[in-house]
Amino acid sequence: MASLQQSPAIKGAKVLMVGAGGIGCELLKTLALSGFEDIHIIDMDTIEVSNLNRQFLFRQKHVGQSKAKVARDAVLRFRPHISISSYHANVKDSNFNVDFFKQFNVVLNGLDNLDARRHVNRLCLAAEVPLVESGTTGFLGQVSVHVKGRTDCYECNPKPSPKTYPVCTITSTPSKFVHCIVWAKELLFAKLFGDKNQDNDLNVRSSDSTGSSEQAEDVFERKANESIEQYGRRIYDHVFGYNIEQALSNEETWKSRNKPRPIYSRDVISAELMQQNGNSDKAGSAGDPLSVSAMASLGLKNPQDLWSLKDNSRVFFEALKLFFGKREKEIGSLCFDKDDPLAVEFVTAAANIRAASFGIPLHSLFEAKGIAGNIVHAVATTNAIVAGLIVIEAIKVLQKDFDSYRMSYCLEHVTQKMLIMPVQPFEPNKSCCVCSETPLTLEIDTNHSKLRDFVEKIVKAKLSMTSPLIMHGSSLLYEVGDDLDDAMIANYSANLEKVLSSLPSPVTSGTMLTVEDLQQEFTCNINIKHREEFDEENEPDGMVLHGWTQVPTKPKDDDDKPPTGNGDSSKTSQTETVEAEAEVVVKINIEEIGASGNKRKAPDSRDISTDPPSNDVNEATAANHKKVHKIDDGDDEEELVMLDHWDIDTNKKQKLR
Amino acid sequence: KPSFGLYGTRKTFLFSSDSSKPILPCSSTLSEVGAGLQREFGFPVVWFGRCVIQVQFTDSGISRVLGFSSLLLNCLLIVNLVTRVRLEMEGEQLTEQETALYDRQIRVWGADAQRRLSKSHIFVYGMKGTVAEFCKNIVLAGVGSVTLMDDRAVTNEALASNFLIPPEEKVYSGKTLAELCCDSLKEFNPMVHVSVEKAELVTLGQQFFEKFDVVVISSCPPATKILINEKCRKLSKRVAFYTVECRDSCGEIFVDLQNYKYMKEATSAPWGRLQRRTSKLYFAMRVIESFEEANGRNPGVFSVEDVPAVLQLKRKLCEAQSVSESFVPDTLLERLVIGSIEFPPVCAIIGGILGQEVIKAISGKGDPVKNFFYFDVVDGKGVIEDISSRAPEADSASSKSANIITQVVLE
Repeated sequence: MASLQQSPAIKGAKVLMVGAGGIGCELLKTLALSGFEDIHIIDMDTIEVSNLNRQFLFRQKHVGQSKAKVARDAVLRFRPHISISSYHANVKDSNFNVDFFKQFNVVLNGLDNLDARRHVNRLCLAAEVPLVESGTTGFLGQVSVHVKGRTDCYECNPKPSPKTYPVCTITSTPSKFVHCIVWAKELLFAKLFGDKNQDNDLNVRSSDSTGSSEQAEDVFERKANESIEQYGRRIYDHVFGYNIEQALSNEETWKSRNKPRPIYSRDVISAELMQQNGNSDKAGSAGDPLSVSAMASLGLKNPQDLWSLKDNSRVFFEALKLFFGKREKEIGSLCFDKDDPLAVEFVTAAANIRAASFGIPLHSLFEAKGIAGNIVHAVATTNAIVAGLIVIEAIKVLQKDFDSYRMSYCLEHVTQKMLIMPVQPFEPNKSCCVCSETPLTLEIDTNHSKLRDFVEKIVKAKLSMTSPLIMHGSSLLYEVGDDLDDAMIANYSANLEKVLSSLPSPVTSGTMLTVEDLQQEFTCNINIKHREEFDEENEPDGMVLHGWTQVPTKPKDDDDKPPTGNGDSSKTSQTETVEAEAEVVVKINIEEIGASGNKRKAPDSRDISTDPPSNDVNEATAANHKKVHKIDDGDDEEELVMLDHWDIDTNKKQKLR
Repeated sequence: KPSFGLYGTRKTFLFSSDSSKPILPCSSTLSEVGAGLQREFGFPVVWFGRCVIQVQFTDSGISRVLGFSSLLLNCLLIVNLVTRVRLEMEGEQLTEQETALYDRQIRVWGADAQRRLSKSHIFVYGMKGTVAEFCKNIVLAGVGSVTLMDDRAVTNEALASNFLIPPEEKVYSGKTLAELCCDSLKEFNPMVHVSVEKAELVTLGQQFFEKFDVVVISSCPPATKILINEKCRKLSKRVAFYTVECRDSCGEIFVDLQNYKYMKEATSAPWGRLQRRTSKLYFAMRVIESFEEANGRNPGVFSVEDVPAVLQLKRKLCEAQSVSESFVPDTLLERLVIGSIEFPPVCAIIGGILGQEVIKAISGKGDPVKNFFYFDVVDGKGVIEDISSRAPEADSASSKSANIITQVVLE
């Protein structure tokens, strides 16, 4: 194997790496050492301090610079004679098209988000270039090979989507800290500092119960002549006091739940203390918005400390004051960003005050930041191991050593004596809507849902298309592109606002729509089925896509149940996993490793959507659950590997849906 | 009078585990904490330095005490308390700089593990590619210090798999491998102290190793490894001992956390008593080591011409151990002899696992490997071999095709 470093298959290979982050740095180094001489690397990100604990090609002095560029320069220092091309760009940019992908012998992914992974998968399929996909979380990692026609594609098997919560859990009946975070981030923060024109459910419940929408309209606007302290108190008393009182008036809600406690600012923080709150001089300079900090001006130091209700209230007022005092220009256009300290402080404080009101344990800023920012745990060792495994698979791909392709898992706990577990790759899923041409079915209310809803919730959110084109037979309903004339643009925007059944070419039950992404060279057909009633809690989109390989989210009410005995623990444990990572779970059937040369059959998507899962799955899941938490007890009969996924420094623009 | 083994004088405070009510005032010294423990729970406690939960009952022994449920409760409380005291004692808080830099990994192993890492001292001998990978990993993780030793000059082999060495001859002329690696490692994390010691490994006395919490040895004959292992074992403090080797597409890690087999025993277990499922690499590595020792070779110095002699030695060893020759496949040995140079992806994998193991040992989090880890590119498996507890067993059930459910949580 070592002699491979001189092998022509490696020397002559042209390799595309997507991502120069945690896995990317390790991968670029290992590729260079292994004898690869023509490497191209794409990454849109710039270097941040929190990258430096594992992205070893970067130094403090590189903070703010392009990852792809700095990684290239660093590797050229110890391998000066190889060729590395770096692109500081988004892989979804239109110049990275099918022709661009065709020049490579293999594509290696070290990405941090599902959307980009799907995009690269489709380009690899269209360009017929093999893909090695990877991801890590903490000590867990995974590497898989995707070769068109020989193995499954990245989208053949269900991929979890970000966890969603029912609106009323967030607005009225939070039972977990994460619900308070979602409320503070998606509702309160967005309402106070974000785009005023966006839909916001913050006051839905209270205005429902009072029947007065006019009050709900302007309560969050700062009045003329109102001091920032007065404004802060008014907001505080409204959301933590008045709104809770309103909610309490609906007694039906609280029959089976603990009643929340309204909190008013006067009870927590005296007028005098309010005056002294914070020393804005220490809060940071207005020139650099990211240096402004309420913790600094309040003298709070350790982000791992648990603040009292009073401290949280002080942070709340101080952060609000600093936003209005030092960052007023940004108000109205802010989006929550985990790297914006003031935003994190405000969201932590607001979530904690709400948690206190609902009797939910409070959390430190460090923990709250992790939850709010969907921060995924990451260490250098797992990335290094995964990078090694990627290179091993890439070499097999280049040598066309089909039979020895493996999908590998890095485990945290020894399973079947293994810490690194290889399994046979999957066969292509014949009903995969990406690599086969099986149509999808969409249940939707064609008389009420607008084309816009279809584009946002299905085409973009589910199918991950960047530049979609929607056709009904030969008539074009919608299209995105740079080369559209004004008349077309006007026509398409008018269509967006129309309900499906009143489009120029009406979409009704039985219609087949064709959705195409020209950049991804990906087309799929969707059969429309009219349906009027949707369950608000379990089908919050108001439409349901079938045939799409995605695990259904569990009914939310399961969340509150404590883990039960072994009998039905599979369901509970699954929910817990989902919960812990705010992510959904995928199940894969694996035969005895290496036992047969045959590829494994991918699980039938029908099995996956069955709820509750079949008995076999149930037992195995239960057996595993014990194992994962208790270590190996010598029973190799049935096991399960739980893996969460991918090195995510969540895309800043990505919202928790 | 209870016998307290508490040490240090740093001020600390102690909370009872059920509420935040302090048992002792915040200004208590450690000896007062000890007295407080005794007063509160009535147990004499001996507390060993760095170990996380080593609490012993000097009168009855912990196993007997554990037999009573009411005492068990108290015992667990004390364990909690002692752990808590220990953390508070060590706990100068992480600086803002550390919290920012280590944010993502603190989310994996917690702030107290990070503090323990930052106080740990690592000794590393033999700067091959795998060891370079390992050093990178622990320097990034933020250990207190790393001390390197390797007086050899740069060779082409070292250049091939060690990314810490810059390729320009003018940079490395005159410097030893350890010195070159030291320069690069320092850059990875300014908060870690990286230095070089120059000495003959075999001549180092026992007290040399006392300074360290972790000792990692590579690229030297098995006899030297065993010697160092025994020196570490004799120390009063617990030193975690590791050896690591990569050849071709295979790698081996040996772990001694002083609670099971010495290296000498672990590498000389009778083959016939080991399970048939024991990794073939375990046996192959023993054959290779025996060959090197018998022929006075430096580790990894082989050529194709050695293949027949190695295979002959294997047959002899199998005969001596009363096992069939198929126990150690010829193809595997050939691979190890012909391609003795490290293969970079395997260096990354073995260096990653070793880094993870050392982090586990220092932080006290997770289940450490006992006592060998193997990786082979050919089957892609990363396997744990626990030689110490092996007994022949029927493996009919386990060879059955298992239906594994893998849950993959994607982004």
